[in-house]
Amino acid sequence: MAGAGSFRREMLEAQAPPAARTGRLRWLQENLFSSWPSALLTLLSLAAILWLVAHVWPWFAHSVWDAGSLTECRAIIRETWGEGASGACFAVIRERWQQFLFGFYPRELYWRPTLAFVLMFVALAPILFAELPRRLRWFAVAFPGIAYWLLWGGPASVPLAVYAGFAIAWLVHRAVAARSSELVALVVAVAAMILWWLHLAGPVARALPILELQPVGSSRFGGFTLSLVIGVTGIAFSLPLGILLALGRRSQMFFVTTMCVGFIEFIRGVPLITLLLVASFLLNIFLPPGTNFDIILRVIIMVTLFASAYMAEVIRGGLAALPRGQYEAADALGLDYWKATRLIIMPQALKISIPGIVNTFIGLFKDTTLVAIIGLLDPIGLTTAIRADTNWNGIVWELYGFVALLFFLCCYGMSQYSQYLERKLRTGQR
Amino acid sequence: MSETVIDQPIDRSGMKVSDEVAIEIVGMNKWFGEFHVLRDIDLTVYKGERIVVCGPSGSGKSTLIRCINRLEEHQKGRIAVDGVELTSDLKNIDKIRSEVGMVFQHFNLFPHLTILENCTLAPIWVRKTPKKEAEADAMRFLTKVRIPEQADKYPGQLSGGQQQRVAIARALCMRPKIMLFDEPTSALDPEMIKEVLDTMIELAEEGMTMICVTHEMGFAQAVANRVIFMDQGQIVEQNEPKAFFNNPQSERTKLFLSQILGH
Repeated sequence: MAGAGSFRREMLEAQAPPAARTGRLRWLQENLFSSWPSALLTLLSLAAILWLVAHVWPWFAHSVWDAGSLTECRAIIRETWGEGASGACFAVIRERWQQFLFGFYPRELYWRPTLAFVLMFVALAPILFAELPRRLRWFAVAFPGIAYWLLWGGPASVPLAVYAGFAIAWLVHRAVAARSSELVALVVAVAAMILWWLHLAGPVARALPILELQPVGSSRFGGFTLSLVIGVTGIAFSLPLGILLALGRRSQMFFVTTMCVGFIEFIRGVPLITLLLVASFLLNIFLPPGTNFDIILRVIIMVTLFASAYMAEVIRGGLAALPRGQYEAADALGLDYWKATRLIIMPQALKISIPGIVNTFIGLFKDTTLVAIIGLLDPIGLTTAIRADTNWNGIVWELYGFVALLFFLCCYGMSQYSQYLERKLRTGQR
Repeated sequence: MSETVIDQPIDRSGMKVSDEVAIEIVGMNKWFGEFHVLRDIDLTVYKGERIVVCGPSGSGKSTLIRCINRLEEHQKGRIAVDGVELTSDLKNIDKIRSEVGMVFQHFNLFPHLTILENCTLAPIWVRKTPKKEAEADAMRFLTKVRIPEQADKYPGQLSGGQQQRVAIARALCMRPKIMLFDEPTSALDPEMIKEVLDTMIELAEEGMTMICVTHEMGFAQAVANRVIFMDQGQIVEQNEPKAFFNNPQSERTKLFLSQILGH
């Protein structure tokens, strides 16, 4: 037969891949010295690193941890390492680290913010790691109240009265929903909750002062505690608010869409500093005279609103990335809007948006340092105060370096968690 | 387009289509903007009937079945499904949707849920079936479509044919009275088309009311009670399959059939 065709009698068996090339030398050769230009670049990079380390290292090596002022630091360095030697003066951190962490919180009560900080991780764990029992999430619900009570002190009945508002709303909703429509029940429940908070919660809490802790005013808050209070609260509230705004922006209802777009565009178009200044100076002018609206609360509200506008846009991106078929499949199964959103749309949209969401969280957390401008003593505000002290006048690197380290640890932690979450939620590959 | 060979033609003689109406469409019209996509559609589907809708692309056949469960809104005329008329009343729409199963061209499984969760989601949240019961049910339907062993995998780990069979099982878990198929095999490799068609044939044998938009003429010949040919948003011709294929009346139908069967 003269044809060009051919055919196979037996199919080939699958074989193991060729043994991977391993060994450190092999790795070095492949990654660092694979060719002359790459070898040259490797050597240049090494030289640059060595040069940097050689110049920075003495500053750390000559550091002084025990001194009363910058002058004393410099004298010690001169004595030990000779004229012209440079060294870090970490004595300032050693002297002021408690202030950096707790601000002007009463020294004998440091255990309260510390305990709140530890409990925060207990509350976060069941949310961050789905493997933990779901029942632990009730602690996450209780945590804001506990943290408020620990940080600001006063009777435990105050946060309890606030929680009672939610319980009342739930009971009212259940009672009304049985007799009327869902919408009416929702409106009545929210109205009951607000009435309770405005007119009854205060007197009730004052009438039943239980488990009273020594009160600590907002003016004594500062340092990293303040950053965490603002940052964590802002993060916790900006995500749900952002989700609602993103859904609202895509809504079919004209007024809902208009309001959400208006809010998002306005808040995004204004610098955070302006919002903080409004919170600091202007809000009290508009409020009825005599109302004392806590400055930290005002700042938290502004930071939350600001972050939620960004969050809404990040989540809208995730929603837009979902194929239409997902909405259609949910509809075709008879799921109503809220169920489809909760079970099908949001889990996927949020997963897509994780990098953007964490980006916004990190931005929000770092933006809390802007409160220094309106006179709150967060770590940056404290730095300015410390540098104004005659003992430490002229110190820069050590203070800002320490603040940077604190923020870096938190932000790096968030970033690492988001990467873990992305890996865990990857369900696509075979 | 090659004709898929069906090796288990249904015995149609013993299958009596009832006189009960499942879907009634009267004078239905729909526009996409200025484009008149469905024009004066009249269609009555009886319980247990298996209808295949075919026609060139853009003829409105997908839009027609998507109107039946309100994935598209019609602007004129009326549609009643199982006696319930489709209006803008959300309660009616959700009720109809939970009675009508739908299988899509691109499967539309939920990628963040396992196969089992895909199947139990709607029964648990819409029908309020207890979780255990819903899972047992889902496993029964997954066995029926012959992939019970994949229950704990994610959709992204399955082949196209397997995904489409899961989509069928997912729709069946709601115990629908009517099943709509929107080109269920168009996105599949040729080797996988048969496994999906076999599943659909089994379903037809059990007396499910089905409307299938498909180009699988072999399936139409083997399973359908009625074949509907659509063009330019209108029902051009409908007949029982033998007459439809052997003796088409309209010139448009003849041209279409010659193009898809002609080689």
